[in-house]
Amino acid sequence: MEINGNTLATLKRGEKGIIRFVDAADPQVQRLMVLGLVEGAEVEHASSAIGGDPMEFRLFGCGISLRQEHAKYFKVSPVAAGD
Amino acid sequence: MTKRSEIRIPANEIPFAKRSDASIAVVGNPNSGKSTLFNRLTGLKQRIGNYPGVTVERHIGLLKVDDKVIELVDLPGTHSLSAHSLEEHIAVDVIFGRMQGMQKPDGILVVLDATNLYQGLFLVQQLIDLKLPMVVALTMTDAAERSGVGIDIERLRQALGGVPIYPIVATTGAGLPQLRLAIADMPSLVPTERIVVWPELTEAARELSHDAREPLRFAELERLLIDGPIDANREFLEKLGGNARGKLEAVRDSLFGIEPPIAKDARIRYAWVRKVLAEVQHSAPPFYSWRVQIAAFINRPVPGTIGLFLVMAIVFQAVFAWATPIMDLIDAGAAVLGASVTQALGEGAFSSLIADGIIAGVGSVVIFLPQILILFLFIILLEDSGYLARAAYLMDRAMRSVGLSGQSIIPMISSFACAVPGIMATRVIPNRRDRIATIMAAPFMTCSARLPVYALLIAAFVPARQVGFMNLQGLVLFGLYLFGIVAGILTALLIRKTALRGPKPSFALMLPEFRRPNLQTVFIQLLGRAKVFLYRAGTVIFTVAVIVWALAYFPRSESIAPAVERQQTIAAYTLSGEELAAEYQRIENVAAAAQMEQSWLGRAGHFVEPAFAPLGWDWRVSSAVIAGFPAREVVIAVLGTVYAVGDEANEGTLSGRLKASTWPDGRKVFTLPMVIGLLIFYACCLQCAATLAVIRRETNSWRWPVFAWLYMTSIGYLGALLAFQLGSA
Repeated sequence: MEINGNTLATLKRGEKGIIRFVDAADPQVQRLMVLGLVEGAEVEHASSAIGGDPMEFRLFGCGISLRQEHAKYFKVSPVAAGD
Repeated sequence: MTKRSEIRIPANEIPFAKRSDASIAVVGNPNSGKSTLFNRLTGLKQRIGNYPGVTVERHIGLLKVDDKVIELVDLPGTHSLSAHSLEEHIAVDVIFGRMQGMQKPDGILVVLDATNLYQGLFLVQQLIDLKLPMVVALTMTDAAERSGVGIDIERLRQALGGVPIYPIVATTGAGLPQLRLAIADMPSLVPTERIVVWPELTEAARELSHDAREPLRFAELERLLIDGPIDANREFLEKLGGNARGKLEAVRDSLFGIEPPIAKDARIRYAWVRKVLAEVQHSAPPFYSWRVQIAAFINRPVPGTIGLFLVMAIVFQAVFAWATPIMDLIDAGAAVLGASVTQALGEGAFSSLIADGIIAGVGSVVIFLPQILILFLFIILLEDSGYLARAAYLMDRAMRSVGLSGQSIIPMISSFACAVPGIMATRVIPNRRDRIATIMAAPFMTCSARLPVYALLIAAFVPARQVGFMNLQGLVLFGLYLFGIVAGILTALLIRKTALRGPKPSFALMLPEFRRPNLQTVFIQLLGRAKVFLYRAGTVIFTVAVIVWALAYFPRSESIAPAVERQQTIAAYTLSGEELAAEYQRIENVAAAAQMEQSWLGRAGHFVEPAFAPLGWDWRVSSAVIAGFPAREVVIAVLGTVYAVGDEANEGTLSGRLKASTWPDGRKVFTLPMVIGLLIFYACCLQCAATLAVIRRETNSWRWPVFAWLYMTSIGYLGALLAFQLGSA
């Protein structure tokens, strides 16, 4: 399992990743975890607003938007397209 | 069965919560189709109120099945029983039966969105722990199939410990009859067993319960363990008693270690959810519908943003262009009605109260309705289709640069029609600081009541010169709009940097798929909001219209009526026909102006003239401005009366009269610097009692409306002072 420096913030549009580690110290990150962004969840970077922030992710069929400043707390391992 | 005769009463006349056989809470994620289902089940038999002390709406409806009347409470959407926002706190409080004035629900109707089982099951699993009778309504199964998700309902039922599940399509009504029967039978339903997804938590709860003073339900212990001894759990803490309370921290420590409890809870429960999903969901080939294609296109940053501006332009166009003919009609209708009342009742205090006070007052409320209804219709359509969240998402970065968040954009845009619905729309903003900053910025947006004053002054005093490809008059109007926006944004920024300094608000926004709004739901919501507007703003506007009328009407002068009669008699000797009628009218105008000058309003105008003199205003302008403080739209009417006066009346139209108006020493009153100052004053000043009332209501304190009024009035005064003094120097 390779994580390197990949986080939700570095996923390109259309790319998928599986969340491997969440730095949960920030209460706002905990809130995102309640919305389902937890270890093991597969997410796809669906779109972003102009300037790349905030970003929209697809998570088991639901859309969820978060700011880059929070996206960086979610380490992901990329999933090859077509998986 | 003696109740039978009572139940024949139309359901909407039954006192709520008194004669219902059971009270069922409708619980679900935000955007799960909960409100659509609620409206489907209860129709118009519902009541909108507020939860005590807060501005969260309470929707209660009645469902009649055979001889049973079931009360349904539509709770605010929530993701978890660990409440985060005010709305979630309310939902959780009602579910646990700790909401003041509300009994514990007899059962729970869970609304589960088939397109979003992931978040839905996270909540359902926590709700099962409550051990209350429970029925699941599985909505949007059609949409799930379209997007390629099939659900094995039998397996889902098993995974949830046997909870009855009813698939329904709320838009067509399929599955509703069965659901109704299930709801009616819910009180006799035996709750299913808890699903143990987290054995350590169950163990910790058991340990804690050994020392508890009073027995606690598992769900209550669970809240204490996960959320800790927070204020909302006060009641549970008391039940726990001293011994166990001391133990709580130790038990929590060994359960969570250094991991934040909410994070650990989410990790474990979502792992369970994923396991269930793998069992019950199977992918089917998706229909590649036009919706998916459109969504994929507008989700790209640039088309998405252009699309948003297009949508805003359409809303604007609709609010201003479509409403105008209806508003003109209402205006003309009120005038005709007023005139015919005066004719029928003759002159006098009573007929004036009816015609100039009450009819004009009701008219000034009703005239806003077309705009407000169109605005509300668009907001509801945008909300129900899921676009509102997307608008907030697209505008977040821009709004963040001024210290707000994306959710402030719709309240701001609404305020261009009227600040009242704009401020009401701030409810979608979860962060309180953000919400108040938006409320303070909203009244600066150029509302439709400011437009007539702008139009009058600009047409009269700004030359219609071409400047580039634009007209100077148009440019000034545009400048005033821009001025309002900039002033509003600076205000929000200022407030966020000073009084409401605080951490940046979180921005975790669910972005629902586009879905077609249900017409019945849209209609019910529109009706509800129109009622709220009429009740909140309408009563205020009407009251101030009558008060302003009284201030301008009283005291009556003893000497004016005989003087009018004398002059009219003299005129009748020398003139005849149309000339006589015109002279009669002139004499009456002059008399009205004289009456106005010695009325309370005119006296007030004279009284404050020294305060407004540095701005270049005489007593007439001052009176009009004072009359405009409760409701700025009356200013034109007051100016019309005041200026039907003396030599200046030759000019006919109001703008002519304004131009000809002079100080006693012959200087013009309306110079360009004075007019610019007056425009600035209007752009800033919070001359609207309805807005103040709504700010009071929405912030739940007098502090903010008082602050807004003082702040905006000071800025208006200083702006006008600066413009006049610098311009005249």
